[in-house]
Amino acid sequence: MKISKQIGKSVNRLEGHLKVTGAAKYAGEYDVPGLLQGYIVNSTITKGKILEIDESAAHALSGVVAIFSHNNRTKLPWFDIMYADMDAPPGTPFKPFYNDQILYNGQPIALVVAETFETARYAATLIKVTYDEEPFETELAAHLDDARDPKKGIATFIKPLPPSANGDFEKAYNDADVQYAGEFIHGTEHHNPLELFTTTTVYEGDGKLTVYDKTQGTSNCQIYIANVFGLHYKDVRILSPFVGGAFGSGLRPQYQLFLCVMASLELKRNVRVTMDRAQMFTFGHRPQTIQKTRFGATADGTVTAINHTAIAETSQHEDYTEVVVNWANMLYPAKNTLLDYKLVPLDVFSPMDMRAPGGSTGLHAIEATMDALSYILKVDPMELRLLNYAERDVSANKPFSSKELKQCYLQGAEKFGWANRKSEPRTTRRGNRLVGTGMSSGIWDVIALPAKAKASINKKGKLKVKSAVTDIGTGTLTVMTQIAADSLGIHIDDVTFEYGDSNMPLSPIQGGSYTTGVVGSAVKAACESLKKKIFKKAKKMNNSTFNSVALEDVVFEDGSMHLKQDKSNFVTFKEIIADNDGKKIKASKNNIPNVLKLKQYTRAAHSAAFVEVEVDEQLGIVNVTRAVTAVAAGKIINPKTARSQILGGMIWGISKALREETLMDHNLGKYMNTDLGEYHIPVHADIHELDVIFVDEKDDIINELGSKGVGEIGLASMAPAIANAIYHATGKRVNKFPIHFDQLL
Amino acid sequence: MHDKNSSNTANFSSNSNATKVQLHINKTTLHLHVMPWVSLLDAIRDHGKLTGTKKGCDHGQCGACTVICDGKRILSCLTLAVMKDGSEITTIEGIANGEVLHPLQTAFIEHDAFQCGYCTPGQICSAIAMLEEGKADTRDEVKEQMSGNLCRCGANTNIIDAIMEFKDKRNE
Repeated sequence: MKISKQIGKSVNRLEGHLKVTGAAKYAGEYDVPGLLQGYIVNSTITKGKILEIDESAAHALSGVVAIFSHNNRTKLPWFDIMYADMDAPPGTPFKPFYNDQILYNGQPIALVVAETFETARYAATLIKVTYDEEPFETELAAHLDDARDPKKGIATFIKPLPPSANGDFEKAYNDADVQYAGEFIHGTEHHNPLELFTTTTVYEGDGKLTVYDKTQGTSNCQIYIANVFGLHYKDVRILSPFVGGAFGSGLRPQYQLFLCVMASLELKRNVRVTMDRAQMFTFGHRPQTIQKTRFGATADGTVTAINHTAIAETSQHEDYTEVVVNWANMLYPAKNTLLDYKLVPLDVFSPMDMRAPGGSTGLHAIEATMDALSYILKVDPMELRLLNYAERDVSANKPFSSKELKQCYLQGAEKFGWANRKSEPRTTRRGNRLVGTGMSSGIWDVIALPAKAKASINKKGKLKVKSAVTDIGTGTLTVMTQIAADSLGIHIDDVTFEYGDSNMPLSPIQGGSYTTGVVGSAVKAACESLKKKIFKKAKKMNNSTFNSVALEDVVFEDGSMHLKQDKSNFVTFKEIIADNDGKKIKASKNNIPNVLKLKQYTRAAHSAAFVEVEVDEQLGIVNVTRAVTAVAAGKIINPKTARSQILGGMIWGISKALREETLMDHNLGKYMNTDLGEYHIPVHADIHELDVIFVDEKDDIINELGSKGVGEIGLASMAPAIANAIYHATGKRVNKFPIHFDQLL
Repeated sequence: MHDKNSSNTANFSSNSNATKVQLHINKTTLHLHVMPWVSLLDAIRDHGKLTGTKKGCDHGQCGACTVICDGKRILSCLTLAVMKDGSEITTIEGIANGEVLHPLQTAFIEHDAFQCGYCTPGQICSAIAMLEEGKADTRDEVKEQMSGNLCRCGANTNIIDAIMEFKDKRNE
């Protein structure tokens, strides 16, 4: 029987059974003997020095084992480089418990370790800290004059700074027939995965540790822990098979990992440290950003001038950057551009990539500006985008490796019923609600990175493929298994993909929508390498009919190898391994992208979102009643899990446009809504009809799979489409996110 | 040595305050000796070693800790273990019938009603007890009645699809 191809098939999540029965174990759920529990104490001031930490009452509590702080800690390395993880921006990484300096509100300053969780938590409340407070600055809007260029570093390769100016923007803008200028204000957001950041260590003796950690990168945490604590890499094993969401928050090792490992090494015990929900607001976040746009166009709708500037916050110790302003000219080929991105260092923790970092911020400004122009020009918003469709990326003067955005517009519009739209704002009502529709384009980079994978096949004909990569809910396990099955030509039930373990072949951190392309290509390459080895063994078999043929002359499918010309001439993998004395055949491949080829192209996924909103005229409440997102992301390995990724992105778009924001009291320098009751994300009742279309797109350039990744692209176009729909419903253009009812009354 | 009897907190974790509690979890009786301030959630996870029930906020705001207690869905993080002495509790580990999945669990897999899976045990326990409450009939009502269970991955529509399919099949 011929096995159907797995790539392109809607395979159910392979770990589904474990997740619906509660058997999936997350980092804080390993039952290890003699476990001690740690609870973190955080700074209550924003800037200054710790004068004293009075631990006496906490120590007096029975069950308290140890209290760590800068006064009582492991000897730590001096050099900043030792604390730099794979995702560290240029600057000085934060070093927990390093000294008495307070850099931001909520900084971890002590760790109580006790026999029980409750004791540790209570003891933490008994610790009295006295500080010497210093003045601080946390408000971006008050410091726009201090904005400066970001420092360059390794991160700049993945997150390029804006391209230099083209043409003469000021002249072109002044000469333009129509113009729109807007200011766009985005607040702070926190990732808030539902699983709290947790680490469980197993102290193996002799400076060896097994660590269950919540992370997006097991290799990243392994290198970080080994460097910081002076351990051998091979003595640190990071395991992270299940991750309860991350959205970027697990790209860097978080401080609970550092604290838990320190306690474990010092006490020579197994330790668990779990953040509470408020502590989930004491590390990376999406930065406050203030953008300005000025776009000019001719009377026939050709955009001639694009000016997009952004000023974002960063910390005093690192220059975290995002790609915010580079997108407009990739989408719309204006000849005159002026793009600028600057930072203001403030007394906050370093911001961190959060789902569609930069893109979801910048596209709101770009797509709302395009929308505003369309109303001034009296051109349909989608028509304006089609009029300015970029067949080539003029910002980099390169062709696109593939681009089916036009099909996204057309198929999305068709499914949504865009053609029936009334062009004038504030013209449709349902009862006391104003109804409007809006659309937006979306774009997201395709990143190529090296990754390694190992593949082996045993005497039962079972294929095992390994990578250190994590699966943060993205569907990586399922997708990699599908890729491996097709690459070797074997039934999916005969494939095991092992992952989430730093002992396995090195993988980049999971993020940036690149995991499927990057790790998937490594999996494919490892399987291709395995095929060669299987083929060699087959040739050596007695009476082998493959003696005189080349690899190109055979086909691997159905768990066997046969001649291309003669299917009846075959040998099964099991037979080949039996002939190999039953010994496994193994292959390993470090897949390195062809940078010289890739550099010749702009590589991006695209999307188009179409949204309908209802706005209650009296109450200002906004409801996204239906939405369609059409996506061009190359080959879709698993339409079911990919659709879920896009739906998730769309819901994040609803959240970004209408719900979530971390609010700071700038007198205190402290975030004030640090719980899930006050930090609003959509609930089931907020989510209505959502639809996803995957547009056919073939790409032979980006990677061996032609797959672009779908983690962020669904969010990129959604939030601006909502803002545009609100304008169409109400006639009010609100450029500050999230859009709340008070702005619509 | 620290003086363990000097402060007002002296007996915080001494066993003299521990209370005997019997919890009938998933048809197995769990005899616990817990301090009165231990939440039902921590009792189930740390003492009962049933980690399928999740802690997402410990404040009753996310619903990840939902279990079915005496037939009703409750937030185990807002419940003390001592309050439920003698109660019948079903956690996610008790939803399937041995190896045979509950139809709602199957529907969750088919509809891809989870991504990271962390809110899933709470969603499933909540949905099963919610349908027993009989307050929700239409899709909108189900969405409303399930709104105490947050999902950060954005699997919302798939979760409601799975519940509606199970609900409709159950009523056939």
